[in-house]
Amino acid sequence: MSGKEVFYQGNEACAEGALYAGCRFFGGYPITPSTEVAEFLSRRLPRVGGAFIQMEDEIAAMASIIGASLVGKKSLTATSGPGMSLKLENIGFACITEVPCVIVNVMRGGPSTGLPTGPGQSDVMQAKWGTHGDHPAIALAPASVQEIFNETVRAFNISERLRTPVILLTDEIIGHMREKITIPEKGELEIWDRPRPDCPPEEYLPYDTSKGIIPPMADFGSGYRWHVTGLNHDASGFPTNKPSLVQPEEERLMAKVTENLDIIEKYEHLTKDGAKVGIVAYGSSARSANAAIRLALEEGIPVDFIRPITLWPYPSQPTIEMAEKVDTIVVPEMNLGQMIDEVQRCIEGRAKVVGVNRVDGDPITPENILEKIREVA
Amino acid sequence: MAFDYDKYMRPGKLPHIWCPGCAHGIVMKSIIRAIDRVGLDKDRTVIVSGIGCASRMPGYVDFNTLHTTHGRSLAFATGVKLADPSLNVICVAGDGDALAIGGNHFIHACRRNIDITMVVFNNNIYGMTGGQFSPTTPHGKLASTTPYGNPDYAFDVVELSMGAGATYVSRGTVYHAVPLERQIADGITHKGMSVIDALCTCPTTYGRRNKLGSATDMILWFKDNTVGIKAAERLSPEERAEKILTGVFRQDIKPEYCEEYQKIIDMAKGA
Amino acid sequence: MAQRYEVRLSGSGGQGLVLGGVILAEAVALFEGINAVQTQSYGPEARGGASKSEVIISDESIDYPKATKIDLLLSLTQEACDKYSVDLKEGGILIADKRMVTKLPEGNYKVYHLPIIDTAKEKAGKVFVANIVALGAIAGLLDSVSIENVEKAVLQRVPKGTENLNRRALALGYELVT
Repeated sequence: MSGKEVFYQGNEACAEGALYAGCRFFGGYPITPSTEVAEFLSRRLPRVGGAFIQMEDEIAAMASIIGASLVGKKSLTATSGPGMSLKLENIGFACITEVPCVIVNVMRGGPSTGLPTGPGQSDVMQAKWGTHGDHPAIALAPASVQEIFNETVRAFNISERLRTPVILLTDEIIGHMREKITIPEKGELEIWDRPRPDCPPEEYLPYDTSKGIIPPMADFGSGYRWHVTGLNHDASGFPTNKPSLVQPEEERLMAKVTENLDIIEKYEHLTKDGAKVGIVAYGSSARSANAAIRLALEEGIPVDFIRPITLWPYPSQPTIEMAEKVDTIVVPEMNLGQMIDEVQRCIEGRAKVVGVNRVDGDPITPENILEKIREVA
Repeated sequence: MAFDYDKYMRPGKLPHIWCPGCAHGIVMKSIIRAIDRVGLDKDRTVIVSGIGCASRMPGYVDFNTLHTTHGRSLAFATGVKLADPSLNVICVAGDGDALAIGGNHFIHACRRNIDITMVVFNNNIYGMTGGQFSPTTPHGKLASTTPYGNPDYAFDVVELSMGAGATYVSRGTVYHAVPLERQIADGITHKGMSVIDALCTCPTTYGRRNKLGSATDMILWFKDNTVGIKAAERLSPEERAEKILTGVFRQDIKPEYCEEYQKIIDMAKGA
Repeated sequence: MAQRYEVRLSGSGGQGLVLGGVILAEAVALFEGINAVQTQSYGPEARGGASKSEVIISDESIDYPKATKIDLLLSLTQEACDKYSVDLKEGGILIADKRMVTKLPEGNYKVYHLPIIDTAKEKAGKVFVANIVALGAIAGLLDSVSIENVEKAVLQRVPKGTENLNRRALALGYELVT
């Protein structure tokens, strides 16, 4: 990759990635450990003619980015656990109205205020199930500063193409960690925009799916006057509670994800001859897992590794393959066991699954994982 | 010639959900006439609402319309306006939506002085959910959740808006529909945050419970119990205390939020 | 150089140690072309409390970003020294401030008990450049980074108008160990 080399913090890389993807609106609220995303964009967005606004609360921040997206601006907000809990209401609104937007959650520890300055990975189930009602969930979990940049770009791309919110799940460690990254030249990474209508305005039906499951979206102010509502609606966008219309619409929202796995799913799957132990790890815990796998190999224990980069939808297929080969799958995560349930669910008893769990504010060390590998090998 | 509302209504979206006797239609029509009076371009106008009876209004009118979550209309509208300050943005909200669950957004939109016109359909009750007391239900009144009388005290929307920094603040009533229309029109043309406290009525869930008479009686009540702020000057303090004041309470010129942000953009681009 | 070299800068919040770590890591990663990762750990205090900033330097890719077996520890307060010296590996380097750290940890370390804060205050003229004085000393002891590249990184990060002060602070720190 050619481009400009910088030494960036994860949160800065996220903000820079957003600008690269074409983000022109940020609505936020101060919260540790995500605030640097806001601070960076408060400096940089006006330089490109975009807008930054610090809203009165997290709920308003989420609302503001949906409003801006309806005007056609790619929009971002960033927060951490307590703020994420507050944003969920309007994330659901973006799901049902199909308004593209990207939400960054730099995860910290604990329920409630918890450990504001400590890392955690305990919002991964919230990213999928947090909002009330059934809705599609897409969450990306990068593990390095460069990957935060690239995955932020991909989060915008997926959000735009599928017209759905995308959550970028990082954590305090990689959010605040600094590494050298390359900001690619303009044009080097593909940038996708939402589909927009080309029909005459009087023929525009905002949720008309006769030409595909992702209907074109008109910008407010562009001459296509349409109605946006969080109520279940028909193709015209107006409220309906007709069972024959509600069910297929809700199913279509889910199908936007399940029928587009080729652009959403992303993972690393590294295999070693004779491995009887596998690891599934994501985000900063994946870095510890990598180190542990190297140390285990030095001791003569080969270990397979799956690193989901897209957490939701979860990469079931490679996990099933892993389960068919190894006896035990180790799932290290900075929570008391969340993705481990998903691993168990998709492998349906093909292998034993054990966790390595820490919620004390310190990261899971390679040594923590190595001990578990030795124990199960 | 009678006013042609059809020009602004979406065909096929009526009947509305409002009860017979509900005064929300009068506020809606006042908004439409105000928009017509000001001459807003339908394509360049966005009407935003939250949840509740009043918040169903955008669905009936032919603009860019955004029916959001409970209380959040101003927060969505702030995103819309800042993303494209050339759009005309109007918010409609009930008293519970605007001032209880949306109270924080309300005061902060006022504080920013962002160019949004907020019309509060103030009928002193949560109507859609069946008549629970709201932040503007008077002390002592009955609601489904104040069976012994309301222990809370009500917000004065005008005082609240002025205290929070809105630069156009008025109060009208559904009895005085023409002045209400004029206030809304002035609020739209005013550059900055405008709040119009539109006093209206809910005979179904508030009037009946508090024995306020028929829908018509409730509207006529405004005739006898409100007084314009100019006329109020001629009343004794005792007489004035009995009345609800109406009219334009504030019309100040102060830099508007998006204009201020444009200065930041110009500064940042120069840097 | 070693495959993985771990540096921990510790002291109290407000001493500029996070910035110190960032500068050291930038000097290594951007100007020496060696991999470096910088992390930090901090409490709720904007000022005070024990604070640490870590830099991992390696020819190879760096997975685990935190220090576990420290090669070089800087401590500018007694509290930080007590709390953070436990991970210092045998034979590792300890740079401790002479005035603030009076009780040195027992163990087989190469100890540099240096007047960092006093040098900043009295010779450089500003106590707040103690972090840069410390960086000078670290640069003098590290094989993986030259003092010239640390200076480049310092000048890139410090506020305009303070370049000479910081350059001087860095040189004074370097002189403490060379």
